[in-house]
Amino acid sequence: MSIDLAQFHRTFFEECFEGVDLMERDLLRMGADARGETVHAVFRAAHSIKGGAATFGFAAIASFTHHMETLLDQMRSGMRPISDPAVDLLLRATDALRGLLVSARDGVPLDTVRVVEAQTALEAFLGQAPAATASPAAPAVSAEQVFLIKFAPAPELFRSGNDPLLILRELAALGDLETRMSLDGLPSFAECEAESCYLAWSLRLRTAHSRADVQDVFAWVEGACELDISVEAAALQSPAPTVVVAASQAARGGDHAPADGGSIRVGTEKIDALMNLVGELIITQAMLAQLAGNLDPVLNEKLLAGLSQLDRNTRLLQEAVMSTRMLPIDSVFSRFPRLIRDLAAKLGKQARLTTVGEATELDKSVIEKISDPLNHLVRNSLDHGIELPDARRSAGKDAVGTVTLKAAHQGDDIIVEVCDDGHGLDRRRILAKAGEQGIACSESMSDAEVWQLIFAPGFSTAEQVTDVSGRGVGMDVVKKNIAALGGSVELHSIAGRGSRTVIRLPLTLAILDGMSVGVSGEIFILPLSSVIESLQPQAEQVKRMAHQGTVVRVRNEYLPLVDLREWFGLSGKSHPLHQAIAVIVESDGRKLALQVDELVGQQQVVIKSLEANYRRIRGVSGATILGDGRVSLILDVGAIVRQFSQVQAA
Amino acid sequence: MSMSSDESRNGLGAGRGALAMPNEFLTFTLGQEEYGVDILKVQEIRGYDTVTRIPEAPEFIKGVINLRGTIVPVVDMRLKFRLATAEYNEFTVMIILNVARRVVGMVVDGVSDVMQLSAEQIRPAPEFGSSVNTRFITGIGALDQRMLILIDIEKLMSSQDMALMDSVAVH
Repeated sequence: MSIDLAQFHRTFFEECFEGVDLMERDLLRMGADARGETVHAVFRAAHSIKGGAATFGFAAIASFTHHMETLLDQMRSGMRPISDPAVDLLLRATDALRGLLVSARDGVPLDTVRVVEAQTALEAFLGQAPAATASPAAPAVSAEQVFLIKFAPAPELFRSGNDPLLILRELAALGDLETRMSLDGLPSFAECEAESCYLAWSLRLRTAHSRADVQDVFAWVEGACELDISVEAAALQSPAPTVVVAASQAARGGDHAPADGGSIRVGTEKIDALMNLVGELIITQAMLAQLAGNLDPVLNEKLLAGLSQLDRNTRLLQEAVMSTRMLPIDSVFSRFPRLIRDLAAKLGKQARLTTVGEATELDKSVIEKISDPLNHLVRNSLDHGIELPDARRSAGKDAVGTVTLKAAHQGDDIIVEVCDDGHGLDRRRILAKAGEQGIACSESMSDAEVWQLIFAPGFSTAEQVTDVSGRGVGMDVVKKNIAALGGSVELHSIAGRGSRTVIRLPLTLAILDGMSVGVSGEIFILPLSSVIESLQPQAEQVKRMAHQGTVVRVRNEYLPLVDLREWFGLSGKSHPLHQAIAVIVESDGRKLALQVDELVGQQQVVIKSLEANYRRIRGVSGATILGDGRVSLILDVGAIVRQFSQVQAA
Repeated sequence: MSMSSDESRNGLGAGRGALAMPNEFLTFTLGQEEYGVDILKVQEIRGYDTVTRIPEAPEFIKGVINLRGTIVPVVDMRLKFRLATAEYNEFTVMIILNVARRVVGMVVDGVSDVMQLSAEQIRPAPEFGSSVNTRFITGIGALDQRMLILIDIEKLMSSQDMALMDSVAVH
């Protein structure tokens, strides 16, 4: 019999990566938390990764994690102090572990040097006698007790990647363990399923560890077994053991609470399907509303009342479904403490990170795409913004710089800010560099205009290229990525006080604010974010240039005019220019006038894929369904602008 | 039109055997000829609606329609096969197909019925020139006086000359 392990692997890796993230986050907090609660959490994460890896036969991961687990175990039991070198070591080991996991999951070659280094370091560290600090304080004081444990795993235990043997071994490590196995649950041989667990155990454990420690051993099988832990009467310390169990469970529940408030794992494709259906519902609802507009409001009062209720419910449903795709931005923010810590150390600077509004939620697809730009901005702040400690002190500032990440909702947008209290942007240096690099600039430019120079391709003020920043593939990429999401970037700076980068993003990528335009009987949607203005050009504003097509003069600027009808090869004859409408669009800082027949209106549209059943079309980013049920194409303004400038250059 | 008899033979006799052949077919007409496609590839049949024209598409790709929220391309087989007339009126029908994990609409002259064919009734495709390239023909169904051209619709729709899929798109 063979079972397809791949389906379990996926869950295993998902859980492992969550575990690694949690370990990293908690390790960074560990210094601040002396009570050791976080050590337990990190230990549990390492333990579960080890268990899973062993079950699925990833021996390298299991043995590597084992060393981490040993160290963590010593730390949580107080045998070893929670020291900075130990935390550093564990952080490096976490990186190596992530590498191991990625290589096991994707089959990519492993960075062996790093793993071996981390493993050797761990082994060497473990080899040292633990510094005798906390040892008299912790386990020795609690007297030995005898726990009677009834452990009856559910038959499905193995499927969740657990193994009773590992649990028993771990118990044995806590003290003297007597085991008695019960075969009562064992069915006849013919009915035995190799993947089910039929065994149960009665255990007697004499140990100096507390009940919580014993209970911890079972932490990963809690849902999948019947477990009863009691203290043997002879050694009874507490008069009401059941109460203690409840209390300790409550305490455990308490520290888990923020992690899972009763959630389930749902595939994104299911949520996408739900989103699609809601999109349909909105279209149907819009269609009904359009039809109802023609009805006599007096005669059809009830119908109209019903429709308006439908309208309200649809909107609420849409919000509810959208919210399932929403994740707190914390999942991005949480990776920065590590980055700042490492980077500050590398640069010889001191910095702390504060985050505001990390509970702000935004669409999963936006979250995935925003992390790179943010990464870049935070690196920039630390590298260019925050000064060296001495310079800060002489400027009368705290030697430790602060980088702040803020997130907040504002209408249908989300605002993400990266602020630092460094020396701010240096106007003179930016102008000098821009001049050197051949970027058009002048002394008379306003501050805001000078800051915009930073976004020019290839711009960099770093005196030398470091591996932190300064390669000049920087802010222009940030701006481009954000623009691709339909967002914008602004820079603010006060000399000597710091700088602030404000990113404005739409909440979701599934819905777009569009402007509908009519061309030769078809309706096209232009993303509103790229539309600057629309106008009816006068005859004298339009000039036909030899070999360069037509240009239209708008406020002393000559913009190339693209007839969308020609561009898309649609049939029909263009209106004479003075009856047509020119919509001015911008992308990547380049402007273009698109000639259309009419402006139809502005509306929010649900973005649909064309490629699912058809193929990509040049200059079209997707499609949507209009209120009357017809399909309309959404134009990819960026692509049109790019392609047009290529045509011109050729 | 090129002939490749090897492929069409493999399509029936030697390779797949009688069991693998679909035995229920939706039949439709295009001009003078009658065709059959595997009924399991057919999602539904519906009237012809307004389509949204799409740029850069060959003439026989009429555009896209909204099929309950999915954007579905529509091909007019009459134009593809260069039949004399291709009118659009209330009797124009299209067959919505589910092929290669995509949904595609296909406009034909008329849909006749669903037919069961036994293995004996299916003959190998002859090497003659019908409107369809013979490499998409899996066999000929003989039924009383009628002759059905059985098409491997999945192969046809994913082929280069239909220009429906990205791998074949010309940019």
